[in-house]
Amino acid sequence: MVEFSYVIKDELGIHARPAGLLAKMAAGFKSNITLTVNGNAADAKRLISVMKLAAQQGQTAAFTIDGEDEKAAADALKKFMQENL
Amino acid sequence: MVKIEGQSVQKGIAIGNIFVWKKKEVSLKATKISNPEEELNAFYEAREKAIAELREMGEKAKGKVSDEDAEIFTVHQMLLQDLDFEDAVKDGILQEHLNASYATYQAGESLAEIFAAMDDNAYMMERASDFRDIAARVIRKLQNIEDKLTLPETPVILVADDLSPTETIGIDTSSVLAFVTAKGSMNSHTAILARSLGITTLVNTGVELLDEYHGKLGIVDGLSGRFFIDPEEDVLYHLQTEKEQYEEEQKALQELIGVETITRSGRKIGLYANIGNVEDAQRALRYDAEGIGLFRSEFLYLNRNDYPSEEEQFESYKQVAEMMEGKEVIIRTLDIGADKQADYFQIPKEENPAMGLRAIRICLTRPEVFKVQLRALYRASAFGKLGIMFPMITSVEEVDEILGIIEEVKKELLDKNIEIGDPDLGVMIETPAAALISDLLAEKVDFFSIGTNDLTQYTLAMDRQNASLARFQNIHHQALLRLIEMTVRNAHAKNVRVGICGELGADSDLTEYFISIGVDELSVSAPRILSLRKQIREFA
Repeated sequence: MVEFSYVIKDELGIHARPAGLLAKMAAGFKSNITLTVNGNAADAKRLISVMKLAAQQGQTAAFTIDGEDEKAAADALKKFMQENL
Repeated sequence: MVKIEGQSVQKGIAIGNIFVWKKKEVSLKATKISNPEEELNAFYEAREKAIAELREMGEKAKGKVSDEDAEIFTVHQMLLQDLDFEDAVKDGILQEHLNASYATYQAGESLAEIFAAMDDNAYMMERASDFRDIAARVIRKLQNIEDKLTLPETPVILVADDLSPTETIGIDTSSVLAFVTAKGSMNSHTAILARSLGITTLVNTGVELLDEYHGKLGIVDGLSGRFFIDPEEDVLYHLQTEKEQYEEEQKALQELIGVETITRSGRKIGLYANIGNVEDAQRALRYDAEGIGLFRSEFLYLNRNDYPSEEEQFESYKQVAEMMEGKEVIIRTLDIGADKQADYFQIPKEENPAMGLRAIRICLTRPEVFKVQLRALYRASAFGKLGIMFPMITSVEEVDEILGIIEEVKKELLDKNIEIGDPDLGVMIETPAAALISDLLAEKVDFFSIGTNDLTQYTLAMDRQNASLARFQNIHHQALLRLIEMTVRNAHAKNVRVGICGELGADSDLTEYFISIGVDELSVSAPRILSLRKQIREFA
């Protein structure tokens, strides 16, 4: 299991467009990927669940990744968060 | 003549024929079905068609709208494929035995309601319309309803009940003079697109979609928020004149982009913009701001659960410094307290917060918080022309203490071989005390920035938000103007620059006066820049 956290810098928080890209990317990995914001958890592969978190600027997005490709998934997601959010 | 009022989201006046767009109604009845498997297949098929249609619309939109606007088609395709949405429809059909249309409607509606209830997040609240939009598209496919909008070649005033996000983007806007919708809000997709395309738009008008309006002459007055159907002769004449004037004015202002802000006698005035975040800086550049006179750093601290890190602050400051390409960017250090609160600061409740622990007083009470911001600012100053200013100063001792902390910060950074710049330092003159000792403060800093909002409130001892004080409030009070004049005189005696960054800076009744007493720079909201430049260029 790999875990990492990221503080959201984007003014709109995790809005629809990056949430879509995020879900798409997460779906490309076999591992289970859970995103937790403000105490609520969501399956990062499900766009609507991610949007329901309504993650805002300044909040912490905590990822928990568990599975055979967890390391690669964590690296890719970290990079994605830094570049897009 | 019919006159209807609404909210204007994009200024301008449009005159032309009205096109009433009535969308075809879908039938929605919660009937029970006996063949759930078939209904579910019908849903899957309709969903495929809807996705294909979105893909095609996305392709068409490319190049016509910004990439970001065009993303909505991709997002909608993904929402349709989302398992949460699919599961909700499945439940409706397989468990509740609802027909596919109603199950889809119910799924879209329940998601829409969840998002509509996020009342602390305006962006997510608006997303309710996306879920209604995707469900409606599938339902139209289920019922074989084609609902394409074909606009005539001569541009029209498009009147509709409401426009869904994809409808708005899908419309060929070269055929639209103006949008008028019965529903909609300032944050709706129609509003956002109208602003980015500059199309005159009224929302929330409550207009009825009557057949008799179709083809009639209409006037959309985005300046006053009115919509006239079949206008009387004198109204038409009046608004036609106003339209020409407005357009001429806009054109004249556009011509002032790239032109110097200089009086006829050759005095140059700095016309800067006030900004509150990185996006505002882009806007400032569009309006040709000559610099940033007030960058409020609070956006980094508010609406969050913990202090922003040095790295996060550094990135934001650096981004703006680089974006402004060598133009001056004056960043005001943390101005929290009074009406701007962040819980994690744990400021004890105060009897009189306007006069309490706020702004520089917090920073000097908690130097560890202040130092994080100063480190980020000094590091960012290596990437552009930064200025740093300190709010709510009342004494020379405060400034000495700040300068001492700055020396420590600079030494720490240099010891670690971190590159820093040499930003100008300034203080805000926003308390009567600061104005009265401006001769002493001028010996300590490079510039002053007069914050007229607080200076007015503290000089007159009147809360500017208190409506019942309106008859006592004189925003051009002699006491205030004398303090400003004195500040400018004291500053110039020591070669210190003076800017004005409060609301009075944009008050065109005072512009000539400010220039006459020697103010060097005015910092205003970006849309005010060009009209002020025009005014200044006419002064002697």
